[in-house]
Amino acid sequence: MRLYDVDLSSRLLLGTAQYPSPQVLTDAVQASGSEVLTVSLRRETAAGSGAGFWDMLRQTGARILPNTAGCHSVQDAVTTAQMAREIFGTPWIKLEVIGHGDTLQPDIFALVEAARILSEDGFQVFPYTTEDLVVAERLVEAGCEVLMPWGAPIGSGQGLRNPDGLRAMRAHFPEVPLIVDAGIGRPSDAAEAMELGMDAVLLNTAVAKAGDPVAMARAMDLAIRAGRAGFEAQPMEPRDMAVPSTPVLGLAELM
Amino acid sequence: MQIIVNADPRDIRATTLAAALEELGFTSPAIATALNGQFISRAKRDDTRLTAGDRLEVLAPMQGG
Repeated sequence: MRLYDVDLSSRLLLGTAQYPSPQVLTDAVQASGSEVLTVSLRRETAAGSGAGFWDMLRQTGARILPNTAGCHSVQDAVTTAQMAREIFGTPWIKLEVIGHGDTLQPDIFALVEAARILSEDGFQVFPYTTEDLVVAERLVEAGCEVLMPWGAPIGSGQGLRNPDGLRAMRAHFPEVPLIVDAGIGRPSDAAEAMELGMDAVLLNTAVAKAGDPVAMARAMDLAIRAGRAGFEAQPMEPRDMAVPSTPVLGLAELM
Repeated sequence: MQIIVNADPRDIRATTLAAALEELGFTSPAIATALNGQFISRAKRDDTRLTAGDRLEVLAPMQGG
């Protein structure tokens, strides 16, 4: 899988929030096989509080995808992205511009504007968006070479609420890497996304809030591999009626 | 003079951003700054002069999804 100019072998992008401890986070990262970790920026509370976390992340060897989580305006998001680029030394930015407090649904108007500003400034933008095709087209026109449609609201664990929308997106953008970001709750959700032809899955809460986050990280990795392998194997189409799988020809008459 | 640092009013003697960070104890290399909503790069902290009432944000890496 190629995201911008980077080749990756794992199709799982993992968030770093809400783990029971830093050690569990580190172990989960390792168990997941993920090569991309999302991080955030928050107010520095005491001198150096963020530096320890950053050192720990660097030791994982994973690539960093900073986010603009919590931003509600174009200016918020653009300024946060600029600050993240300086700290993390990467042009990658997971662009979130939140439009609604309850659903954490992206403000797609501000998203497109921020994506254009950041792309023109040299950022490589990963926009957290809906499955809306028109918005996706605008994001691509704005310079995005990756799209990240939601599966369900952030942190809800509801799985894919609109698989048909994701399928349409896959058909409409055959060449653009599509990453389902948000809403994944179980390994079967991740496998479903991959079977639909998504290129990757980004998740956080499903692993961090599992009873055993490290085991769940491993399960997600397996599910994503299985789903991708299934997609590449071209699944059969469902049929309305039963069709015998055992040959009828040569069936004995025994009555 | 008084400026607002991460939403808290603080009295400082420094007149530049770089000096203010030093005075306020923000010595970590893993911080980024914004003044009145505008990003100020590390390279510009020395030349950025502060005025009373300025809003300074000092951000650091944090867990995120």
